[in-house]
Amino acid sequence: MSSLNKNSLIKALLFYIPIFFLFTSVLNEIDFNYLEIEYFSFNFAYILIFYWTLKNPRYLSYGSIFLAGLINDVVVGLPIGISSFCYLLICAVTAYLRNITITPNFINDWISLLFTILLINSIQVVSLDFIFSIEVNYMRYLINSGFTFLFYPIFLSLFNILEKKIKIQKND
Amino acid sequence: MASSRDDFVIAIRSAFLKKSYQQKFSLLTYIFLSVIIVILGSFNFKPVQYVKIGINEIVYRSSFIISIPENYLKNLTIKLEAHLSLYDQFKKNQTELKNLKEKKLNNDFLILENKKLRELINETLQSDDLYAKVLVDKDSPYLKSIILNKGSKNNVKIGMAVVDNSYLVGKIIEVNYTNSRALLLSDLNSKIPVLLEPIDIHAVVSGTGKNHGVIEYTKDDYDQKIKDQKIIVYTSGYGGLFKPGLPVGKIINDKKTNENIVTFFSDFRQLDYVKIVSYEIGSGN
Repeated sequence: MSSLNKNSLIKALLFYIPIFFLFTSVLNEIDFNYLEIEYFSFNFAYILIFYWTLKNPRYLSYGSIFLAGLINDVVVGLPIGISSFCYLLICAVTAYLRNITITPNFINDWISLLFTILLINSIQVVSLDFIFSIEVNYMRYLINSGFTFLFYPIFLSLFNILEKKIKIQKND
Repeated sequence: MASSRDDFVIAIRSAFLKKSYQQKFSLLTYIFLSVIIVILGSFNFKPVQYVKIGINEIVYRSSFIISIPENYLKNLTIKLEAHLSLYDQFKKNQTELKNLKEKKLNNDFLILENKKLRELINETLQSDDLYAKVLVDKDSPYLKSIILNKGSKNNVKIGMAVVDNSYLVGKIIEVNYTNSRALLLSDLNSKIPVLLEPIDIHAVVSGTGKNHGVIEYTKDDYDQKIKDQKIIVYTSGYGGLFKPGLPVGKIINDKKTNENIVTFFSDFRQLDYVKIVSYEIGSGN
């Protein structure tokens, strides 16, 4: 009986790991700036949202993504609502990809991620620079997009392992 | 042809309008909601501002707790660096201390003289200091700012200067009830009026988004004047925002780009406690 309770608890915890990661990443905004590597940054939240909403939107609900975006705006200091909009655009792309794809293909997903981050970063730069008159460093955005794109396969393999564990617990 | 267009429309419609399992609203609803929030936020719509202040109060504290592991790693890196360069630093400090001791005697005399001169022209310089703890130092690529644990409850106001010991680090740009956000001098949007000494040139120091600043808007061609000179950058007090004479940094020549840059005296990575300063120049008359 106790092992059954323990199993269901682990199952529930594992299921909420993607949400936990998302909120931790937006609250913490890991930047690695203390390593003094000039221009090194990547957007973990983009990778996380792209992967989990592409796999199955049940792991990350649109409501929690919307809320995470608002929190990110507050932490980073961006005008409120911009990150939510960008995160939801990633969800729109992944929902579209899910609808048109019968057999998932890594290369297609990876290219789609590049297209998505370039699109949302362009929207972010345009709205910050031209609407809110906040000066931004274009090069940093470009490099951030590049690293986010390059790091996707690494996180993909890590998240695949995690997803298998969640599935196993679910089948138990 | 028509069939593929139909498929595309169906896929798009399904992506935006279909509600998945346990989803209360469709994706399109959330997208509309965020666009409305962005638009209302840009017009400073009051309810959106109140929502933002409410979220700030909760999020800043949570962010402080969640950032503890990362801050620990950051401090560890800094400590390791300090340990590795201990001997070199000691030698450098020894020489510097000797020089500073000599200069201090001179400074003490100048402070007294300055005080007497201010009394002579009936001018008083009153400043209020408020100590604040740095809750979060989000050095993100987009905005270089810090969150402080003092807000409107403690009479913090937008525009107040933030100093680390006596060095200027930034200014307050957002005030909530129990906390506030300060924009660092290194941010791209930071522009402060300064005085370059000893050449006595007024200028503006702009942030670059990196760990240094640049000199902008000098009327004179200062490049010639700073050759073989050690230039210190102080706040000029123009615009009435900052107390005049706050040390900002020094001008050095960047060997990579052969440009003159301002290196800040304060290390923005290591801010734990700062002072929020407001000042008032009063006349004795």
